[in-house]
Amino acid sequence: MNSSQSPTDLPAADENATDASQRDDGHLHVGGHTLSSRMIVGTGRYDTMEQMRDSLDASGSDCVTVAVRRERLYDRNGQNILDFLDLDRYTLLPNTAGCYNATDAVRAARLGREILKTLGNPGADWVKLEVLGDSRTLLPDPVQTVIACEQLAADGFQVLCYTSDCPVTAKRLKDAGAASVMPAGSPIGSGQGLLNPNNLRIILEYLKEDDPQYPVIVDAGVGTASDVSEAFELGADGVLLNTAIAHARDPVRMAVAMRHATIAGRHAFLAGRIPKRLYGTASSPSEGIISTRPYGT
Amino acid sequence: MIEISINGQTVEIESEMTVEQMLDTVDVPPNYLAVEINAEVVPREDYTRHIVRNGDHVEVVTLVGGG
Repeated sequence: MNSSQSPTDLPAADENATDASQRDDGHLHVGGHTLSSRMIVGTGRYDTMEQMRDSLDASGSDCVTVAVRRERLYDRNGQNILDFLDLDRYTLLPNTAGCYNATDAVRAARLGREILKTLGNPGADWVKLEVLGDSRTLLPDPVQTVIACEQLAADGFQVLCYTSDCPVTAKRLKDAGAASVMPAGSPIGSGQGLLNPNNLRIILEYLKEDDPQYPVIVDAGVGTASDVSEAFELGADGVLLNTAIAHARDPVRMAVAMRHATIAGRHAFLAGRIPKRLYGTASSPSEGIISTRPYGT
Repeated sequence: MIEISINGQTVEIESEMTVEQMLDTVDVPPNYLAVEINAEVVPREDYTRHIVRNGDHVEVVTLVGGG
């Protein structure tokens, strides 16, 4: 799959523009990182490592998430994901997935950092913080997430915080030092899309109010390409997704769709949608029409 | 013999040894791993001098696919 075309081939920045949306250089800036694609993709739930590798390639993303897990120490034939990820191409974003309290999340983050430092990958200084509160919905525990965010930020991490679409929690996480707040569109892996776009609007408004460059990334819940476009049209700086590609009938093709949805949605946001009107407005001129109108109107 | 816990399993080993010696017994590329003993990460540069002692809780982790 050819992915040489940039997924964010956006117009050049207008440095004199005052509107934040017009100062876009096409890249996603989070903490000290600059990503050429605004889509971050996960590496989980693929049928095979080869399918994952090809899907990541087709997505055009240059940042992928990974999880920290116990090594099965005596599995001689076991495949390691690191043999299928080009570490010169991808910035790894280690997550704390599966942790249910701040203490464990901080431990997982530090272990991930140690591996990435050894690998020499630039992702060693950041983490996707995820502290779950409930195993059925996979919704985050807001209190533990804030505690862990404070601790990790104090420990030098750039913390990208998975959270719900609650605007108050989002503000608390930004105050706790999060490099990016990442509200969920809907529960992880549910594919329900953006259930509460109004909350996402409020989060974007609150977090960017005095800080227009602050990155907000919609993380979780994406089901298909239009969900990605919708997130960008709302004003999100990035989207993070995994299952929507990995469990599609054809993951590589869905990765292509997501890449285009990212481009389309971001362009649409920057271009500015027309207001919705109750009545129609004709696109063709009203003069010189050869027809007569019914009802004399 | 001393008794340690590795990844949640109790294991008996001959004697106290360094983290490096412990990792020599497993068949995984060491640069894919991180080691934690009693909930503290052991930095790679300490592998040759950090001693695994009786009763230690050792975690050896790697990266896997995730979202």
